[in-house]
Amino acid sequence: MESGIFFSDYRSDMSLRRMPLQKVRTGLLLVGLLVFPFLASPYWLHLANQIAIATIGAIGLNILVGYTGQISLGQGAFMAIGAYGAGLLTVRLGVPFYISIPAAALITAVAGLVVGLPSLRLKGLYLAVATLAAQQIVEFVVTHWDGLTGGTEALVVPAPELFGARLNTDGRFYWILVVIALAVALFAANLFRSRVGRAWVAIRDQDIAASAIGVNVFGYKLLAFATSSFLVGLSGALLAHYRSIVTWERFTIEVSISYLAMIIIGGLGTISGSFFGATLIVLLPAMINTVGRSLQDTAPWAATVLPYVQQGVFGLVIILFLVLEPQGLAKLWRNVKDYFRVWPFSY
Amino acid sequence: MQGDVFLQLTVSGLSNGMVYALVAVGFVVIYKASDVINFAQGEFLLFGAYLAFAFIGQFGLPWSVGVLATLLSAAMIGLIVERLVLRPLIGEPVISMIMVTIGLSSLLRAVVNGIWGARPKAFPSFIPEGEVEFLGAVVGIDRLLVIAIAGILLIVLTLFFRHTRDGIAMRAIADDQQAALSMGISIKRVLAVAWAMAAITAAVAGIVLANTVGVSHDIIFIGLRVFPVVILGGLDSVPGAIVGGGVIGLLEAYTAGYTSSGLELIVPYIVLILVLMVRPYGLFGKEIIERV
Repeated sequence: MESGIFFSDYRSDMSLRRMPLQKVRTGLLLVGLLVFPFLASPYWLHLANQIAIATIGAIGLNILVGYTGQISLGQGAFMAIGAYGAGLLTVRLGVPFYISIPAAALITAVAGLVVGLPSLRLKGLYLAVATLAAQQIVEFVVTHWDGLTGGTEALVVPAPELFGARLNTDGRFYWILVVIALAVALFAANLFRSRVGRAWVAIRDQDIAASAIGVNVFGYKLLAFATSSFLVGLSGALLAHYRSIVTWERFTIEVSISYLAMIIIGGLGTISGSFFGATLIVLLPAMINTVGRSLQDTAPWAATVLPYVQQGVFGLVIILFLVLEPQGLAKLWRNVKDYFRVWPFSY
Repeated sequence: MQGDVFLQLTVSGLSNGMVYALVAVGFVVIYKASDVINFAQGEFLLFGAYLAFAFIGQFGLPWSVGVLATLLSAAMIGLIVERLVLRPLIGEPVISMIMVTIGLSSLLRAVVNGIWGARPKAFPSFIPEGEVEFLGAVVGIDRLLVIAIAGILLIVLTLFFRHTRDGIAMRAIADDQQAALSMGISIKRVLAVAWAMAAITAAVAGIVLANTVGVSHDIIFIGLRVFPVVILGGLDSVPGAIVGGGVIGLLEAYTAGYTSSGLELIVPYIVLILVLMVRPYGLFGKEIIERV
């Protein structure tokens, strides 16, 4: 039970987790993450790893779309650059994964800068379609530059090794992914409390007003593109090493759309929303799949309509969230927290 | 010989471009009325084509009745979509509008898949076949018809925006929603009309595609390829959509004809970015003067 917020020093006032309940929740989350791999089946571990990778990508996209207000349909392209960057560095040059992943993320950041250049003059829908153009162009380059990427053939990346141990199972990769995802979340949460983060929010809310109060709009937009694509490239690179196979089908416009869906459903401009959205979008098709399989014996036609059901539910979920709860799962979660904060004396 | 190839490419590029323009006009109508870019336009096309297939191919209606039924049902779908999906979102930020139409596209695609399955359908083509010699190039009659339909639609829409009550109301709303409201214009009614019109133009394009290309899921990709067209012409300009369609169609035809690497898939996008660098609101788009 809380009955007001009283801080007697700046340190506790500025800390990320200020309330006792917040600290308890953070503790529970950490313990949960620690215990999870020992309790979960391999299938759930696999899903958890996918969620971790998607969370990193969604946080990256949220920096650009949710915080800076620059709509991007190029998520798939950035992930492709990260994945192919890491994969090719490892396959062609034999670079170990702990170097290839950050290197690929840096490469993606540079690509993000280039794609961000049109944002100097373009806004809103026009910028969105310019990033769509970037998506198409990257897709084309990846599938047609046979000499570098192997074209439409799959690129096989060897399993990463750390201290002589091969990280080729879900259980082992889980730790890497969880640590990186937590680090990214912490980085982003602090970033938005900094000068840079506030400048981004100012640009999102009113870019002309932002420039009037002395925010270098173009510079910060470019920085947002670079930071965002660094994280997106990171998630692409992790995906390459995790799946140990890179194919261009994983980075189409559909990917861009599903990531946008994640941050919309989760809640624009929130870290927890990125995680919730990623979780929902990863779990939804998996759950539908499970239900469909269990129906297979009683209703054999279920298997044939399964992809359509997945597609339809995906669209329906987006529409329902936008119509009913535009602030997404993060808002729902906040409602739950608010309810319990003063529970049972809510008056 | 060289000249013949050029002419042939020009004609086929133009007629492809006019199909794009037909689709693009649907985008423009919606954008003009509500500042929304409809990412589900490709699925509207798909629906139009499949509805036409259902009425003419499956129910065996004569093509004139079938086309009419298709257009009417398309208008109904447009109205329903506007009422259930778009109206609750009036006044929400751009990103929400984009996402809701993306969600809609996924849902519509699933519905089409669920009803008709994923396999291509054989459509009983009713546009007369045959070829005409035109300035030394051989042109299919269906291609010429496409160009004619696009021309008629352009004229009708221009007249609509200039002279009808709803058309003028649409322009008023696009210009300033508040002022339009205070003049007694019903935004809801105008938006409903806009979505019905967009669905109808998409259905026209869908029927044309069903005749010329066939009924299959590839139609969706045409929706995606129309983005360069609308952005190039300017999101709020009907003539821009026609010119943009022509330009992109020609570009694709020439790159496909003179190079052989699949470059025509991305040339429109490259041109798009270059044009946007010089003219951020497209060729004919109205520049928005922003105030704080």
